[in-house]
Amino acid sequence: MSWDFLEPAEDGEENLGLAASFRRVPGGAAAYFEEAQAGVIRSLVSQIAELVSADSTAAEVAETGEDDAVEAELGLSSHDEPPEDPVLARLLPDGYRDDPRASAEFRRYTEESLRSAKVASAQSVLASLPATGGEVLLSEPECQQWLRALNDVRLALSVRLGISDENEDLSEHLTADDPRSAYVWVYQWLAYLQDSLIEALT
Amino acid sequence: MGAAPVEVEQPMTGQKATLDAPWVTVVWNDPVNLMIYVTYVFQKVFGYAKPKAEKLMLDVHHRGKAVVSSGTREAMERDAETLHGYGLWATVSHES
Repeated sequence: MSWDFLEPAEDGEENLGLAASFRRVPGGAAAYFEEAQAGVIRSLVSQIAELVSADSTAAEVAETGEDDAVEAELGLSSHDEPPEDPVLARLLPDGYRDDPRASAEFRRYTEESLRSAKVASAQSVLASLPATGGEVLLSEPECQQWLRALNDVRLALSVRLGISDENEDLSEHLTADDPRSAYVWVYQWLAYLQDSLIEALT
Repeated sequence: MGAAPVEVEQPMTGQKATLDAPWVTVVWNDPVNLMIYVTYVFQKVFGYAKPKAEKLMLDVHHRGKAVVSSGTREAMERDAETLHGYGLWATVSHES
């Protein structure tokens, strides 16, 4: 686990600033987002929704109209193996350790609803965060959706950034010319934002 | 078949042990989830008081894993699915 958010490096602040954080308001939480900040969150959250829904059983049925239709209707997944994409595999993990058969069965019964839940969280963020930014006021249920969606983005980024040790200095992890280095401070900022949201809720 | 009758009782013992042992949900440590978030999720999902949720979170952090709930296999699978919804790394197993 990560101890806490890391203060983003100064040179990473650029045009986004770091002020956006949540505060408690009656019935939920609120935060102010600059347009650029809203853009980053909306883009990342949309990517998660796309990734998670892309090869779902329901999507496959819609595309091919084929034999998985009944399974999709019952909320069963035709997938019983872990996804090949490491990001998807982290978002949709095995339910059993060292028991591929039980994991396959678990996946068949839970993966489709887990995918739907993740898409719903992403959509909740997209619905409550205007592309132009501004003041965002969240109800308690929306806060829950935001927490899960922000966490999914952080999990996805961690896989892409190759984060395997919580104490690792992220700025030293990637060379400056690595295109992924731009996402290091996004990853840290999202941790800061998530932390502030939990503080606002508790 | 004329199999040796001695072995007949063995599966019974095995089955009894299986019935007695509860199923558990285990949460594993990972480098991404914030400690404050993991504590919050344990409170939210299981209704645990903050001290208990914090203790479990610290067990996960220091020991690499912690049993967070126990019960029937079906209930544990539901817990694991809920925790996957929050992005925690949870698995179901038989307590040994």
